[in-house]
Amino acid sequence: MASSIRVRATSNGDITEVQALIQHPMDTGLVKDSKGELIPAHFIQELKFECNGKDVFVANWGTAVSKDPYVKFSFKGAKKGDELKISWTDNKGGSDTTTAKIA
Amino acid sequence: MTTTTGTHPTRRLILQGAASVALLGLGNLPFGAVPARAAANDKYPEEAFKQKSEADAIKALYGKTAEPSDKVKLDAPEIAENGGVVPISVTTTLDKVTSIAFFVAENPFALAASYKIPDGTIPAVANRLKMAKTTKLTAIVEADGKLYSATKEVKVTVGGCGG
Repeated sequence: MASSIRVRATSNGDITEVQALIQHPMDTGLVKDSKGELIPAHFIQELKFECNGKDVFVANWGTAVSKDPYVKFSFKGAKKGDELKISWTDNKGGSDTTTAKIA
Repeated sequence: MTTTTGTHPTRRLILQGAASVALLGLGNLPFGAVPARAAANDKYPEEAFKQKSEADAIKALYGKTAEPSDKVKLDAPEIAENGGVVPISVTTTLDKVTSIAFFVAENPFALAASYKIPDGTIPAVANRLKMAKTTKLTAIVEADGKLYSATKEVKVTVGGCGG
């Protein structure tokens, strides 16, 4: 199955810019479905980016992050060809991991 | 999942120092009233995400209050047509930033997202948040153990949390 994580990491001199898009419903637990039943909360709690054995960015999310979340940040200390590891875990114990090469 | 314990000894020491100063400042207030809690904790801040009001969420996440600063630049639309997807970004010129958090005052739960900024990561984040209705949006930057904030009013025409 295709990964739920799509990442683009581009190196620009010393700075690496990372954009990530994750497929996830991010249900708040407050919305009702067409039968009037509450859709239980289902959302990513932690999203982590690691590069060269070091955490470069860690996100803690609540239900207010939009469906199919997007995040963008930049960090120093990596170069072209380095691997960036991305992983998330949600409140139901689901998780996914992927790696991306910095271009 | 690897843990990050011990990767930032300096930051941890600074934070512990700040926490004990805060405790001293409390004088003889009973213990356990509000445990000073730094956002740099490795654990997911479950309690902070459960707080309904912005003030309580900030207290639960950081254990202290923030002061407004023009060095924190919050970028959000004036009017969001779709409250389900509101692009928000924050940048700052402050040094020694350790975390950035977003609070949406009128949402059922105020804390939306909290980001840890390790050494070497640029203190700037862009993401997309849900907003239930027209609301005050606050970004808090933790730099050198202190909290700085920026706020902006966002008009929402269609809420993002209702059903």
